Amino acid sequence: MARAADAARRASDQRGWLLSLPALILLFLAASGPLIVVLIYSFLSPGQYGNVVWNFSLDGWRGILFSRDIFDDTLVLADAHLTIFWRSVWLSVMTTVITFAIGFPTAWFIATRPPAQRAMWLFLITIPFWTNLLIRTFAINEVIRNEGLLNSLLIWTGITERPIQIVYTDTAVLIGMAYVYLPLMVLPLFAAIDRFDLRLLEAGYDLYASRGQVLRRIILPIVKPGIVAGSILVFVPSLGAYVTPRVLGGGKNMMIGNFIELQFTQGRNWPLGAALSMMLLLIVMGALLIYVRAANRGTDPHG
Amino acid sequence: MEPTVTISARHVVKAFGQGSSSIRALDDVSVDIRRGEFFTLLGPSGCGKTTLLRLIAGFEAPTAGEILLDGADITRLPPNRRPVNTVFQSYALFPHLTVAENIGFGLRMQRRPAAEVKATTERMLALVKLDTLAGRRTSQLSGGQQQRVALARALAPAPKVLLLDEPLSALDLKLRKEMQIELKRLQMETGITFIFVTHDQEEALTMSDRIGVMSNGQLQQVGTPREIYTTPMNRFVAGFIGETNFLAGTAGPGAVVLQGGARVVAEHDRTGAVTLAIRPEQVRIVPAGEDGAIPARVRDLVYFGTTRIII
Ligand SMILES: Nc1ncnc2c1ncn2[C@@H]1O[C@H](COP(=O)(O)OP(=O)(O)OP(=O)(O)O)[C@@H](O)[C@H]1O
Ligand SMILES: [Mg+2]
Repeated sequence: MARAADAARRASDQRGWLLSLPALILLFLAASGPLIVVLIYSFLSPGQYGNVVWNFSLDGWRGILFSRDIFDDTLVLADAHLTIFWRSVWLSVMTTVITFAIGFPTAWFIATRPPAQRAMWLFLITIPFWTNLLIRTFAINEVIRNEGLLNSLLIWTGITERPIQIVYTDTAVLIGMAYVYLPLMVLPLFAAIDRFDLRLLEAGYDLYASRGQVLRRIILPIVKPGIVAGSILVFVPSLGAYVTPRVLGGGKNMMIGNFIELQFTQGRNWPLGAALSMMLLLIVMGALLIYVRAANRGTDPHG
Repeated sequence: MEPTVTISARHVVKAFGQGSSSIRALDDVSVDIRRGEFFTLLGPSGCGKTTLLRLIAGFEAPTAGEILLDGADITRLPPNRRPVNTVFQSYALFPHLTVAENIGFGLRMQRRPAAEVKATTERMLALVKLDTLAGRRTSQLSGGQQQRVALARALAPAPKVLLLDEPLSALDLKLRKEMQIELKRLQMETGITFIFVTHDQEEALTMSDRIGVMSNGQLQQVGTPREIYTTPMNRFVAGFIGETNFLAGTAGPGAVVLQGGARVVAEHDRTGAVTLAIRPEQVRIVPAGEDGAIPARVRDLVYFGTTRIII
């Protein structure tokens, strides 16, 4: 009898799997389809007015690092591209660091409020999500531009005589991205700190740990999963950011996202754009792999 | 040789909250705890036992009064600078560390040499019989094993005083009995002063060198288990420790006359209305009319394993 029931269950398991098959196929196509298209495009030749011509070529991939000299047709290292990649990675790392530095105390503050208040604080943190990204970015622009709120205030109080140039610099991009991605850092950190048993702090102090040691040896290792999640959630979209560097960085402080867009518009080099997109994907995956590996080292595989 | 005092609380007051809504968790508590003794704080829930321990550990500061350790005032010293360790009721083991790392934590924070940390950790593991589990995560341990880790972790830095807040309350009866013996053994082997909190009077009577009975934020009586049991200072202590029959009567020379007219021979120095406390085991059942007998009726018999309780 047990065997019959077993067989029946197995059969129904199989039917369940079959039933979800269409959804799985759809999901697979939706997730990988565009990627496959981009991958194929990266190995084709650019058309004259955009688009691609079906002609196998590695120029797209070569164009990531090298550009062809217009006079003697030799390949030279494209410094401008490297600068853009470097700026993208650097700004994304800095955004992650800044959002962590601001987000950790914030998340700690919220997690240690009485339960009734926590929902309100979390709600306040997520409010910026309710507004369109473009509008939020222009709002920041309004604050930091030369005739904006911040500079007017600085001049009015006499701290500076002339407006400080913030907008259209890397600093402006950093401010904008830190602001936009802060909630993505705070929420996973909050979830981790909320699970943290505050009694462990007393155990730490009792065992001769100073405040700094309690932070480094007890709090940070235990909430590490939250730190990893928050960092990934901030770093990945930062690296591909488009709107913020466009609005706050002006035309010249491009990040990879803007550079890719350029290839599909004025650049009329779709294969290069496609190759850049694939490279971005690879960088992100590589960074994730390294980061998750490093973060998992020495932590509880069960926790 | 006079036993020396390790921890001394002097007129300690601890109030929580402000103004009229404040609670006096401790109300003028003074006690001297001797070096190397097993001292138990006993009292009903909410009487201030945990609060007193937290003040000694340094997690809270007293509203008034002072706490001395070996004669030095430690009232304002933070917990990480007091040679006092706590075994928490919830154990509070570090989930990201192994058993051995938990035990060595205090020593590492004190920046002891690595060799010493290793040696002491191994000694502690042997002491609490956890040698085989050194590399485990604490989440993979049973309640009793976690308890042992908590003990070893607190003992490893060789504190002058070990504070234990109801460490056995989460264990089942059998394990509890085992750990009681274990704790007593550890205390004697290490010679460390133990301040142990419980609301289980049997636990207190069997394990302690001395007991402090608390109620409503005040220490009612401090004494050896025998003193507390045979000569309770007041009705609260008599009623809280052991089974007691309270009989109202009037004190007369060399005896107390009960309300029913029966006369009980007792040495005392009181006059007027008194309450007589009689331990059940001091009652003998005799035929009615015998000299000194109090007339009574057997109402029920309860079987209680090896003994029988007559109500
Ligand atoms: N942080 C606090 N804030 C306000 N009141 C407190 C605080 N801690 C303890 N109290 C109050 O102080 C009194 C004594 O508490 P304490 O925890 O010391 O009791 P206890 O003897 O340990 O009781 P139990 O046996 O239940 O653990 C209680 O009335 C309690 O409500
Ligand atoms: Mg308590």
